[in-house]
Amino acid sequence: MKYAYYPGCSLEVNSAAYDISVRAVMEKVGLQLDELDDWNCCGATEYFTQDELVATSVIARNLALVDKGHDQLVAPCAACYLNLKKVDKLMCEHKDMNAKINQALAAGGLKYQAGRVRVRHLLDVIYHDVGEAALKAKVVQPLTGLRVAPYYGCQVVRPLNGFDNPEYPMKMDEMFMWLGAEVVDYPVKSHCCGGHMTQLSEDMAFELIRRLLQSADDYKADLILTMCPMCQLNMDAYQGRVNNYFNTNFHLPIVFFTQLLGVALGIDMKKLGFGKELVTAEPVIRAKLEGQTAGAKA
Amino acid sequence: MSVESTEIHRSQFMRDVMAETPDGERIVHCLQCGSCGGSCPNGPEMTYTPRAIFAMIAANRRDDVLASNTMWCCVSCYFCTARCPQEIPITETMYTLKRMAIREGKATEGDAPALARTFTGFVDKYGRAFELGIATRYLMLNKPMSMLKGMGMGMGMFARGRLSLRPTKIRQTAQLQAIISKARELGKPEKRSGGAS
Repeated sequence: MKYAYYPGCSLEVNSAAYDISVRAVMEKVGLQLDELDDWNCCGATEYFTQDELVATSVIARNLALVDKGHDQLVAPCAACYLNLKKVDKLMCEHKDMNAKINQALAAGGLKYQAGRVRVRHLLDVIYHDVGEAALKAKVVQPLTGLRVAPYYGCQVVRPLNGFDNPEYPMKMDEMFMWLGAEVVDYPVKSHCCGGHMTQLSEDMAFELIRRLLQSADDYKADLILTMCPMCQLNMDAYQGRVNNYFNTNFHLPIVFFTQLLGVALGIDMKKLGFGKELVTAEPVIRAKLEGQTAGAKA
Repeated sequence: MSVESTEIHRSQFMRDVMAETPDGERIVHCLQCGSCGGSCPNGPEMTYTPRAIFAMIAANRRDDVLASNTMWCCVSCYFCTARCPQEIPITETMYTLKRMAIREGKATEGDAPALARTFTGFVDKYGRAFELGIATRYLMLNKPMSMLKGMGMGMGMFARGRLSLRPTKIRQTAQLQAIISKARELGKPEKRSGGAS
């Protein structure tokens, strides 16, 4: 299987750990990712705040760039995924918008036939196109003993999901059960990390982040798994500031699900982007997994 | 209220919001159940919950709605949209209200318009979001204190190679800019042909 790949701006630098681990894992499971040539930013929520037709046209340029050799576009970031999928859906359902977006694209010599490209989130691709049996067969390092809290956030599961439950998603939970981890069933797995609110109101944003960390901590998770660069940034990079703000003492590593999946598949941690997180993840993972090996020997 | 024949009364403001929101015609079906406000992570911070906003839209209270903080509290988590029993595109309506508030000079709540301007300014120019540039420019101009408070975190990010000092640029910036200009021209509100077809 081959897919066009839309990494999105965050994966270039800030969340390079996600990009590195996505590529390593996909190679390991035998799925081919071809990076979309000259892709542009999806605009996050910011163009929609200003001008809807500009927002949708900027996004549609990416859909138009998908060449004939590909009919699926994979996005690892929640905002990119939603934006790409939303624009394709709007173009399919609203003739007027479809016409205007194509008029705008034509100014750049492009056109997009609504519905041609199937936009998918990476979790959907790994869960369904690799599947349980193949993934289990590739496990080299079972994650036994490690308590993981899968965190889905908002925009992958709402509003245009179609592959998981929008309120109580399970696909990442199931995947990590396949890998042998202890999966924490905690109540806020599809609540909001605050997105760009950290830039607008710290009072509001920090409280949203605190709720997530608090809940995962209450349920004694060793780490939180994310599938979005924004969620990772908010919970990881802001964790220290959230601790200062609320006088709390959280110390929860926030890891991209592909990083830990890579560990289970036997990929060297150095090749999975570990060490870029502000709350270090490697020691707890090694301690738990080595504890398991020691336990097995004893 | 005078209602002509069987047509439902719609305020001018409601018509405008509907016209600018994909599937906005669903707005008339609001039951005032409050699932939206109750599902909103920032509901308690809002002067008016989305439920109240829909009642105010129906009552033509344009100025009160557009000057409110409601849409600026929205983090686009789509819980309200997912839970609305009447399938009203609530999050998309919040975007419409944001755009109207900016256009009509009523966006007095918070720094979101400035962040949006800064963010899209960089993307217009480079085709990619240059995070360090966006954050620095936005914070310096709007919240210098916040920038100082975030300095430690920024250093931590930089030390781990998570901040680039230079923007990356797409090859076809001229093409992207031509698309943006055309879209901006076509999307001017007076040229709108009235939303969904």
